Amino acid sequence: MPVSQRSAGAAIEIRKASKRYGRFTALNDIDLHIRPGEFMTLLGPSGSGKTTTLNLIAGFTDITSGVLEIGGKSVTGLPSHKRNIGVVFQHYALFPHMTVGKNVAYPLTLRGIKGDERDKRVHRALDMVKMADFAHRYPSELSGGQQQRVALARALVFDPPLLLMDEPLGALDKKLREWLQLEIKRIHRELGTTFVYVTHDQEEALVLSDRIAVFNGGRIEQIGTGRELYDSPATLFVGRFIGESTILRGTAEISGGDTVMTIGGQKVLAHGHLAGDARPVILLRPERLALKRTGADIVSGENRLAGTVVEAIYLGSGSKYEIRLADGTTAVVRSPLGSADFAIGDTVDVTFLPSDLILLPDDASADVTLT
Amino acid sequence: MPSFPRILLGLFCLLVAILLLAPTLVVIPMSFNGNKSLAFPPVGFSWQWYENFFSSPDWTTSFSNSLIVAIIVAVVATVIGTLAAFGVSRAAARTGGLLRALLITPMVVPGVVLAIGIYAVYLDTHLVGTVTGFVLAHTMLAIPFVLIAVQASLEVFDRRLETAASSLGAGRLTVFRTVTLPLILPGVLSGALFAFITSFDEIIVALFITSPYLKTLPVQIYTSITRDADPTVAAVGTLLFLATSLIIIAGLLLGMRRERT
Repeated sequence: MPVSQRSAGAAIEIRKASKRYGRFTALNDIDLHIRPGEFMTLLGPSGSGKTTTLNLIAGFTDITSGVLEIGGKSVTGLPSHKRNIGVVFQHYALFPHMTVGKNVAYPLTLRGIKGDERDKRVHRALDMVKMADFAHRYPSELSGGQQQRVALARALVFDPPLLLMDEPLGALDKKLREWLQLEIKRIHRELGTTFVYVTHDQEEALVLSDRIAVFNGGRIEQIGTGRELYDSPATLFVGRFIGESTILRGTAEISGGDTVMTIGGQKVLAHGHLAGDARPVILLRPERLALKRTGADIVSGENRLAGTVVEAIYLGSGSKYEIRLADGTTAVVRSPLGSADFAIGDTVDVTFLPSDLILLPDDASADVTLT
Repeated sequence: MPSFPRILLGLFCLLVAILLLAPTLVVIPMSFNGNKSLAFPPVGFSWQWYENFFSSPDWTTSFSNSLIVAIIVAVVATVIGTLAAFGVSRAAARTGGLLRALLITPMVVPGVVLAIGIYAVYLDTHLVGTVTGFVLAHTMLAIPFVLIAVQASLEVFDRRLETAASSLGAGRLTVFRTVTLPLILPGVLSGALFAFITSFDEIIVALFITSPYLKTLPVQIYTSITRDADPTVAAVGTLLFLATSLIIIAGLLLGMRRERT
């Protein structure tokens, strides 16, 4: 049972927005368009600007420059209590002096909704998060997961067109987190409200989102679906932040429109080349790589890099290997069930087609900002 | 079997406790004295000094004067002190520290110095012997106590709750009324209690700004005991001792409840 009729979610339009605190720039000229009813995740390491963006939308702080529109209207200067946006915080922020029921009724009371109508809506909202039996308890009597579900009910009970969540599951253990992720996804589907979700957990972002905006150093590096970010990252930072990867560096030359990289004395062919004079690096996804016995099963056109198995892990659904390559880098390989087994110390070839690799401009900052 | 140093420590603590309490407790038997004398130990037993307190206009008026002044002071000082505590805790750290030091001066400056200053100003402004004069002087003395009590509860108050309330549609005043105030109420109440007691048993400033037409209870006690050895003073003392004990216990209970939540 949906809490209310599917209300159209609000669109968010952010153009050339910056936020500075004194001399520190928290957000540098970002553009972000969120569609009505979309589940958008702002993903990035701490200090990347994702929470600042959420606070700007919520009205807890104002943009220094740029445009911020919610539902087609500029909200610059509009205080948070007039924005009609639901917000869920990492630390629940339930009012300790009110029962669960009173907490959820709070935004309704402020909107002049009384009596039966209020009770009905409180009950429906608590029902939606499966907390209807706890209406008379105080927040201190609930577990973290229960408190966060009440906070979710409180943020949704007044049917806001937009719900913001700031690392709402960050303080919970893994099992509870995974279960609540599915609950949040279900509620989003039922309501049609626009959800904006902040997290630093890329797996959580992939599970929940329609689209993900990857933040780094106060900028948005890329906006796209999880698949787009994984298969064709726009920057080395995005490639490394989403999923597992192996990065190969070497000397590059361009011949006939293609790029040939020399890595530890071995040549790797990549289709196409980078624009400008950026130094190219190669990013490889573990399941795009195959392991073969040295020199065996040669397929024409494939790239081969010789190495030694330094770690072999059986995962049930397949195996994961770490291979020390000639230049010292470690390549991560995931083999599907049924492929040949290798043991630690085996000398092998890591093979992949030019179409399986991703060519990206090098960026030294991508290595250090991962947390 | 407790060790020798522990026994010694226990005895020492007992000695300190007797030293602290004895002068107060001496008053109780004296208030039941059969003779009109403040001699200790008392002779005989009677309730007459309690009767005297409740029937003599000197005593009842000064008592109600004190009560009226203390109640007004408790209200005014609590409002001002609470607002000041807010200002201090929300100001930048340095400004806040400076303001706090300034607001606490009445607690630090010797009472006599304050009293002389107040008396000089009151002579010119005709505030000597008026309720307004008492309320103003005592409010100034009481504000630091409210400030300290409220600030302590603001320190443990989670400001993120205000952000949450604001996101749910509450304006700043509504946030204060529905979220902040209920949660810092124990601090505000204990501040009010301190303010009341500060005014109710204040003697130094009161001696300077009193007049034959407006005496507070401490002034009445002082004049009575310097004029004649009337054991009514002991009866008043006993009543005050009981009342303040009850108030302090209530305050402590409030404080304990705050710690639990």
